[in-house]
Amino acid sequence: MTRWRSEVLLEVKDLQVFYGRIQAIRGISFSVAEGEIVTLIGANGAGKTTTMKTMSGVRPVAAGSVRFDGKDITKMASHKRVELGIGQAPEGRGIFPGMTVRENLDMGMYLRKDRKSGAAAADLERVLILFPRLRERINQAGGSMSGGEQQMLAIARALMGRPRLLLLDEPSMGLAPMLINQIFRIISEINAQGTTVLLVEQNAAKALKIATRAYVLESGEIVKTGKGSDLLNDSAVRDAYLGGK
Amino acid sequence: MVRHFRPFYVAVRARPFKHRSCMNFTNFINTFWANTISGLSLGAIYALIALGYTLVYGVLRLINFANSEVFMLGTFGSLAALWILGVPSAGAPKAGIALLGTLALMLVLSILFSGGAAILLELLAYRPLRRRNSPRLVFLISAIGASLAIAEAVGAFGARKREEYPFGRVWNTRKNLFKISDFDVQVRHVMVIGGALIMMSGLALFVNKTRLGRGMRAVAQDAETARILGVNVDHVILITFAVGGVMAGGAAFLYALFFEATRYNAGFLLGVKAFTAAVLGGIGNITGALVGGLLLGLIENWGAGLFGGQWKDVIAFAVLVLVLMVRPTGLFGETLGRSRA
Repeated sequence: MTRWRSEVLLEVKDLQVFYGRIQAIRGISFSVAEGEIVTLIGANGAGKTTTMKTMSGVRPVAAGSVRFDGKDITKMASHKRVELGIGQAPEGRGIFPGMTVRENLDMGMYLRKDRKSGAAAADLERVLILFPRLRERINQAGGSMSGGEQQMLAIARALMGRPRLLLLDEPSMGLAPMLINQIFRIISEINAQGTTVLLVEQNAAKALKIATRAYVLESGEIVKTGKGSDLLNDSAVRDAYLGGK
Repeated sequence: MVRHFRPFYVAVRARPFKHRSCMNFTNFINTFWANTISGLSLGAIYALIALGYTLVYGVLRLINFANSEVFMLGTFGSLAALWILGVPSAGAPKAGIALLGTLALMLVLSILFSGGAAILLELLAYRPLRRRNSPRLVFLISAIGASLAIAEAVGAFGARKREEYPFGRVWNTRKNLFKISDFDVQVRHVMVIGGALIMMSGLALFVNKTRLGRGMRAVAQDAETARILGVNVDHVILITFAVGGVMAGGAAFLYALFFEATRYNAGFLLGVKAFTAAVLGGIGNITGALVGGLLLGLIENWGAGLFGGQWKDVIAFAVLVLVLMVRPTGLFGETLGRSRA
């Protein structure tokens, strides 16, 4: 687990989000401090992905505020948020099927001005060390890769933008258990290298193990919060999300 | 409307049928090279216009029906260039720098007219609808409305009659260059096919090698993910309209050289054909637009040689229907709605 630093990087206050007339998020507040891995866990339909989409500006906010690094970004356009340092590996991975792995990774640097510099090459090398599989497939079309490889590519692509905050939406979804362990190990490693992570997961057991802090989301509301290790031992959480025991 | 194609028919018209057979193989063989070269020339123009449909469809899943009027305005760009230079009255430069300058101004004005029209269309007819989250049907109606409005506005402006380009005095584009079999290939054939290939290569470089081009492909493949990665989607859409407009402008310039006349509804039939070419190749796919355009030009001209010129359009659309029955996504189309741009 990383150092606990006090600088708040992302601060969400009383957030409300609607889909038409249906309220998906009912006034949630949470924060992510620099250096942390914070996870939002919850069942299907609890509002996890909606929250993520709001963070990246793809879904509009009905009420409440989102601050990043002290700046109000509640109504900011997506591409400006990327410029500020919010990177995301979206739910369903969002790989461009007709682009090669290399082109997908380049898309991660879309807004970087130093795309052709040594720094960009070094970043590419860094993610390829993190995900050796991607090096083997560098010229293969994104659409032809397996689910696990696509997930690695999605995370690697987000890292290519050198985000200060990395949003990961269900990185374990649809993957084999061995791959899931690998992905979570890599998330810890990315965090250890200095990237703050906000992780949304259905696989609560795995997420709580690597998380600094966690929030439990239920029907669009936060019902519980605490340190990852504490929630892992919380009997209510165990019953609801860890399959009892 | 068909009048615009007349100069082109004259070159390939079949001899009157002497027998009752519906297919005339002798004529097909005799006119094969004429029809091939003419088909490729017209097909190259189809292909350039088809790109406007296919690019916009790629990023917006919208058929921009007004693309045919974007093209038509481009043909008036070339005409305006000739007016500005005073060619009709003052006689004309015949060769060298003066000729190149004339051609350059025609091309530039065609591209400015078409590109500008495409950008205005996006800003006035489509973007406001996107802001309001309008349903798809509304976009389609807006497209058709814009198409008719532009054509009729040009017509009302006084160009309802056929406008001849006083171009013959500048440069004889019908000069024979060389023979293939016994068909004389003219300057205009080489200009149109060569010009279209140059524009296509430029587009391929733009789409595959530049950052904006990559952004376009990203929006076409997955708009939401593109946004998450920092692509300004509205900006990319505007660029896409502009690029489609530039291609239509290039097509308009080549059309001006080839037919030396235009009219307020010059875009209509050509637009339908170009759209057909885009669908034939697989809408949303750039290579598809090129192949679809050339193929459609060839098929309808070969068909005209075989069945007679009056069957040209019938054959073109019959082939389209047949191809779509076998391959609903077009020749180069991938699974529906996931086409590459």
